[in-house]
Amino acid sequence: MSLLQVNNLSVWFYTRNGVVKAVNDLSFSVNVGQTLAIVGESGSGKSVCCYSLLGLIPCPPGRIESGTADFDGQDLLSLPIKQLRQIRGQHIATIFQDPMTCLNPYLSIGEQLIEPLIYHKNCSRHEARDRAIALLEEVGIQQARGRFNNYPHQFSGGMRQRVMIAMALIAEPRLLIADEPTTALDVTIQAQILELIAEIQRKRNLAMIFISHDLAVVKDIADHIAVMKDGEIVETGPTKSIFDAPQHHYTRELLAAIPSGSKPESSTVSNTVTSNPPLIEIEHLNTWFGGKNAIVKAVDDISLSVERGKILGVVGESGSGKSTLGRSILQLVRPSSGEIRYDNIELTTLKPRALKTLRRRMQMIFQDPYASLNPRMSVFDTLAEPLLYHGLATRKTVTPQVLELMDDVGLAHSAIKKYPHEFSGGQRQRIAIGRAIAVKPEFIVADEPVSALDVTIQKQILELIENLVEKHQLTMLFISHDLSVVRYLCDRIVVMHKGRLVEQGDTETIWANPQDAYTQQLLSAIPSLQDQQPRSRHHETGDSGNRSSE
Amino acid sequence: MSSPGSTDIATNLNAEVHDAEQGTSLWQDAWHRLRKNKMALAGLFVLILLSLLALLTPWIAPYGYEDQDLLLGPTPPSAAHWLGTDTLGRDLLTRILYGGRVSLAVGFIATAVALVIGVLYGTIAGYLGGRVDATMMRLVDILYALPFMIFIILLMVIFGRNILLLFFAIGAVEWLTMARIVRGQVQSLRQQEFVEAAVSLGLSPWRIMRRHLIPNALGPVIVYTTLTIPNVMLLEAFLSFLGLGIQPPQSSWGVLISYGVETMEEYPWLLIFPGLVLSITLFALNFLGDGLRDALDPRASKD
Repeated sequence: MSLLQVNNLSVWFYTRNGVVKAVNDLSFSVNVGQTLAIVGESGSGKSVCCYSLLGLIPCPPGRIESGTADFDGQDLLSLPIKQLRQIRGQHIATIFQDPMTCLNPYLSIGEQLIEPLIYHKNCSRHEARDRAIALLEEVGIQQARGRFNNYPHQFSGGMRQRVMIAMALIAEPRLLIADEPTTALDVTIQAQILELIAEIQRKRNLAMIFISHDLAVVKDIADHIAVMKDGEIVETGPTKSIFDAPQHHYTRELLAAIPSGSKPESSTVSNTVTSNPPLIEIEHLNTWFGGKNAIVKAVDDISLSVERGKILGVVGESGSGKSTLGRSILQLVRPSSGEIRYDNIELTTLKPRALKTLRRRMQMIFQDPYASLNPRMSVFDTLAEPLLYHGLATRKTVTPQVLELMDDVGLAHSAIKKYPHEFSGGQRQRIAIGRAIAVKPEFIVADEPVSALDVTIQKQILELIENLVEKHQLTMLFISHDLSVVRYLCDRIVVMHKGRLVEQGDTETIWANPQDAYTQQLLSAIPSLQDQQPRSRHHETGDSGNRSSE
Repeated sequence: MSSPGSTDIATNLNAEVHDAEQGTSLWQDAWHRLRKNKMALAGLFVLILLSLLALLTPWIAPYGYEDQDLLLGPTPPSAAHWLGTDTLGRDLLTRILYGGRVSLAVGFIATAVALVIGVLYGTIAGYLGGRVDATMMRLVDILYALPFMIFIILLMVIFGRNILLLFFAIGAVEWLTMARIVRGQVQSLRQQEFVEAAVSLGLSPWRIMRRHLIPNALGPVIVYTTLTIPNVMLLEAFLSFLGLGIQPPQSSWGVLISYGVETMEEYPWLLIFPGLVLSITLFALNFLGDGLRDALDPRASKD
């Protein structure tokens, strides 16, 4: 029995730049007790279509052009706002992507939980409280009674997402919309939350719409999958058939984009059997934050080395200190103690003037391409600045050099005068990478460079990084929480946990035989397309000569 | 890099590229965007016109600013006196023109002083942070706490009464708020990764402030500047009223208005005309300010 039947839904946005058909002639249905996953890149309209059902898109500029959404006999799209509001809280509930911003920091979680109960169901505070506590226990919050009056900042990200789920469930909805509920979470937490959502959906026999950009995530949770692209469903069907026999080429593209498998070994005989001298050696590095009483050991006694021409992956959850490690090497934060030798130059005691010349040799690629580019500088300005500042180009020669950089990172020449906001996330990341390689560095710290991107874009950027590393003989420290990405790219891995280095070794060795309990936990949490055959390796990387992962 | 298309673009870009190296491309682009904004252009035109009138006043004013005609007394607008005369029979048009010299000069110079000091001070404090920031901002707090009048009177006593000093005295007070606004902006901008990227490129702090921080903090600065200019003009009137600003028979718009208020019921034109001129100026300023703010933000462009 279908609970929600959407027919021919079209939502258009009327912007200054013309009409954007965010959702175009969309039809789907969700049955009681089943999960429909809507998968697509950002901008494919998957969120818009769900929010338009709830009347949550801004109108104008948005306008629902056509369609019906039959929810249990009522057409959501033509319902007066007052009735819609009743349905919104009571019958259809939403779990949002970012638990950090979706909870009010000034109210205790208990207060936020019982609010809809009191508003919609007219039950007493006391009853509401008991229900809320029971629910918190159900979603796996321990000592729920004691934590009832805690504030959101007192919970970790995963716990906060559990609270969000409890909040969605409190009014006992019949349809649950989960909008990328695990995208902001670490892998290990992601696995737990996915399990929880699946369990709750089964137990309560809910209908669920699960929105995600990642096919691997929805594999175990969805009954049906609808693949969206540019506002239209390009393919829909039972989960198994989508994975086993994808019909549309875009679906196949999405499946192929999921990084899996090992780093391509060079098929040609490796010419670098001898191990390279290390470019970077770190000994007993400590970077601590905070005052005398509350010290946070972000980096706690870490020693490692990065060989010239290799990619070292640093893996860990958020808060494990992996970003601080990268920033410490680049002297963007000052380490508390320890030694960092870059090409046998001790960095920690270097004078600022000497550091400036060294900075040219090491660069950083940042996670968030929306924050890492100056919004008031055009592509030309962004790329020309390092060249001119370091005297690598004169005013006369800078333009061809900038264009060459743009070729390197795969940007069209016509984009040279555009500003960052005119680009998509992937293109922005290309600009940021171009800026990093502009000064011809030897060493690059890449801090989660693909985790803010969609899967398909992620793959392109990874390939770009791979090609650049090869072309410019770069050494790289690649920081990521995503093990499959790291495996795809890195020669060696170090695993960090709570500021300490728990394991290091060759990628495949660790993959096959993780020693540390934490590493094992990380590996088992990766959502993957397990029953898939090993995919064909990417052609460009198959013949890479100078890299053998031993 | 050898494709013919790229060389075409390269030649086309040469002109702009040259400006880019001077670090002016943002302003160039801003000017292109500003030109599309009719209201802002109108505002700019009015301001230029007023400034020209102020500059040329000695040659175009129909009468002398201290020419009295006690027998004539206050008259409403007429053919001889387009905007009428005041109680001493002085031509109001002439006095508005002369007053504009003072008011516009105070408005722009004092605000410019406040702008330069405030933006630099705020940027440095916000960027360096830590103890430097704490010390710099406590100094601002102390100056805030100082009664403004005492401060001005002290300056006047020490340096004597001087119209230039008036500009600087007002500017020296108005920069405090500007510094606070800019510091707050810079503090949040400093957390952004593009600033970190600039650091890792090895750019000097000064260059980071100039190229990466200040342009991004301009939005609120421009809004506050357009609010400061009228503020400063009225402050000058207040000081003059207390006898600390300009002295009769010189005048300014503020002085004319406060005088007009006293005689509002008998001779309303003495209030209406100076008030009208001031309002037009402020309108023009606000339109220009809004236009500038949009023009300087690439994201707000309408093309």
